[in-house]
Amino acid sequence: MSRDLTILAVGAAAAVACALPGTFLLLRGMSLLGDAISHAVLPGIVIAFLLSGTVSALPVVLGAGAVGLFTVFLIETLRRTRRVKEDASIAVVFPALFALGVLLVVQFAGQKDLDQECVLYGEIAYAHFDTMTLFGVVTLSRPLVVLAVVALLNLAFVVGFWKELKLSTFDGTLAAALGLSPALVHYLLMGAVSATTVASFESIGAILVVAFLIVPPATAYLLTDRLSVMLALACGIGVGAVAIGYEFARRTDTSIAGSMAVAMGLLFALAWLFAPSEGVLGRLYRRRLAADRFAKALVLERLAREPASYKALGRDLAWDSERLSHVLASLRAQGHVSGDDARMEPTPGGLAFARDVMQ
Amino acid sequence: MTLLTVLLGCATVGAVAGSLGCFAVLRRQSLLGDALAHAALPGVCLAFLAGAALGLDPRGPLLLLSGALLTAWLGTLLVIAITATTRLKQDAAIGIVLSVFFGTGIVLLTYVQKHAADARQAGLDRFLFGQAASLLARDVWTMAALGGAVLLTVTLLFRPFQIVAFDGEHAASLGYPVRAIEVLLVSLIALAVVVGLQAVGVVLMAALVVTPAAAARQWTDRLGRMVLLAGGIGGAAGAMGAWASSLRSHLPTGPIIVLFATGLLGVSLLLAPRRGIVWGAVRRARNRRRVRVENLLKDLWRLGEQDGRFAGPRAISDLLAVRGAPRSVVEEARTDGYAAVAGAAVELTPTGLDRASRIVRNHRIWELYLSRRLEIADDHLHRDAEEMEHALEDDVIEQIDRALGRPAKDPHGRPIPRGAPAA
Repeated sequence: MSRDLTILAVGAAAAVACALPGTFLLLRGMSLLGDAISHAVLPGIVIAFLLSGTVSALPVVLGAGAVGLFTVFLIETLRRTRRVKEDASIAVVFPALFALGVLLVVQFAGQKDLDQECVLYGEIAYAHFDTMTLFGVVTLSRPLVVLAVVALLNLAFVVGFWKELKLSTFDGTLAAALGLSPALVHYLLMGAVSATTVASFESIGAILVVAFLIVPPATAYLLTDRLSVMLALACGIGVGAVAIGYEFARRTDTSIAGSMAVAMGLLFALAWLFAPSEGVLGRLYRRRLAADRFAKALVLERLAREPASYKALGRDLAWDSERLSHVLASLRAQGHVSGDDARMEPTPGGLAFARDVMQ
Repeated sequence: MTLLTVLLGCATVGAVAGSLGCFAVLRRQSLLGDALAHAALPGVCLAFLAGAALGLDPRGPLLLLSGALLTAWLGTLLVIAITATTRLKQDAAIGIVLSVFFGTGIVLLTYVQKHAADARQAGLDRFLFGQAASLLARDVWTMAALGGAVLLTVTLLFRPFQIVAFDGEHAASLGYPVRAIEVLLVSLIALAVVVGLQAVGVVLMAALVVTPAAAARQWTDRLGRMVLLAGGIGGAAGAMGAWASSLRSHLPTGPIIVLFATGLLGVSLLLAPRRGIVWGAVRRARNRRRVRVENLLKDLWRLGEQDGRFAGPRAISDLLAVRGAPRSVVEEARTDGYAAVAGAAVELTPTGLDRASRIVRNHRIWELYLSRRLEIADDHLHRDAEEMEHALEDDVIEQIDRALGRPAKDPHGRPIPRGAPAA
């Protein structure tokens, strides 16, 4: 594989691996737990790295991932003492674990190729040089293989637990009543998030993985109401952002993973503005449309009581002439009003329209 | 740059962030600090680039802090805007802003490192994890001046801040401009975060906002004291962290300060008076022991009722037949001065007799009260009385006793003791 292709493939695998559990984090209102886990797994990663010399190996991913579960447990325990509120317990636990991890990194920096920059934004470009041989035949980038396996495992989790995930996300009480054990699903999901952040660590770092986890699902959430479509869209948006980001980074010679996160932000901004039903512009347009229809109905109602001249209409409605002319022109064009400015009356179609709006 | 100045700088950072953090924690906006801190990174880089382009000193603290404040503010506005105009919740909005702004900051940082004229000396990476050793005197002065302004504002406007933090609607009904106060509060938190960036770094600054406040909360219920305490705890963590990181070269200050603050939180959670987990456990253990001993006294009293012999030694094995109280409880009653032990025999002391009579009196008067006044069925009385007998205070029982007309017998016909019997 060429260097460019490897980087794109690693980024795409990370985007898919993150978007799958990230979608459920978002829908369950646990986005910040994903943030917390991605930071808190750092000490686990450093210890695993020091023991084995590499981060991209499946046992290490699972082992360090256990630290992520421990974090969730710790936050939950702290909250249950009822001495610290939930948001504060998240904000207290993960920086402490992350700080511990950073100190470990600094302590052993120089001995092995692990440094502070790597913690923050990874080194996706190194993925090309860190290779492994599969089945004695194919030589592939090791981070790519690990991320691809994690992405497949996440896909298997989502497909295998589809009913449970869906039900416990949208109606936890019903899920519990049906005996689906929301707690088990919760911890499996947290485990998936932990393993995914660990697997992504080497390539995109502990903080930018938050963008991969949250931003594409949030973008997809603005575009669809269907869970399956949202999952597919989130994966697609993530992969698209990876491609855009890499091209930008290559041209500006800046951080690749950082650029990918920025690209995700840009795609989100586009969806925020232009999404058909959830977008800001769409909403403004629909509000405008509704106001327009209401204004027309007001004019038609007035004319239905008694035909009136342009002047009388302006006096009764107390509108400025510009607005009135605009509404009347549009009503005439639609054939809702007949007659000239001296005497106007509504057509049968216009009366039907007004009834429809006023209902 | 002397160590003392660095210590003062970090203590200022901790004190300002800790004090302001109280408001964030009380308003359940702990993670807003995280978003603010991450969102400041691109501002630092942009200010550096702008400064270099305009011919200003690109490392001037005021310039960098202004840039940081600008994007931190922008980030907060975006969080509010996303939450207000989409169906995304605040946590998702915080996550989006935090990670995308941080990504932008990383892109700009790598750009500065590769393209800026004095690339390596830019030293912007100290804004990631903090580097107290890199603080110059002018940095510390800037931090102290801004921090002082923040603290002064909080002192002057403490009352409105307090009311808004606890009950916005109440504040609005009193005529306070709630929206403006909220905006000012968030701005001050942003300023406190930005002031701390050089010492602690964008990644961990959020902890310095939340952790000291969460620790201070354990020691007091009053906001004024909590703010002072959180300032003290933050300041102490800052100074200790700066000192510890000066022991070895190239040790980032942020993580060490955060770990000190977390340690202080741990101590507070365990040892703070009243709320401390250790004291809670001690209290519960003491309470269980008191109930155990009182039950033993009551059993001895009941045995006395059976044979009319309240005082005088009695075989411990007789007691075992009643409740199976182990020997250790007898020992506890002896330590408390309620019983005397001689070999296999136990005897109530005068104080023990008095205490026993009170417990039995409490039990029976309470049963009578439940039965007569609350009309609870006879077979439901005992269990409730078993708990209340240990909890009722003498003056409460006296009032119930009087209200019931100083009855002689309980609903089951057993006598209600009034004081220890004559020996």
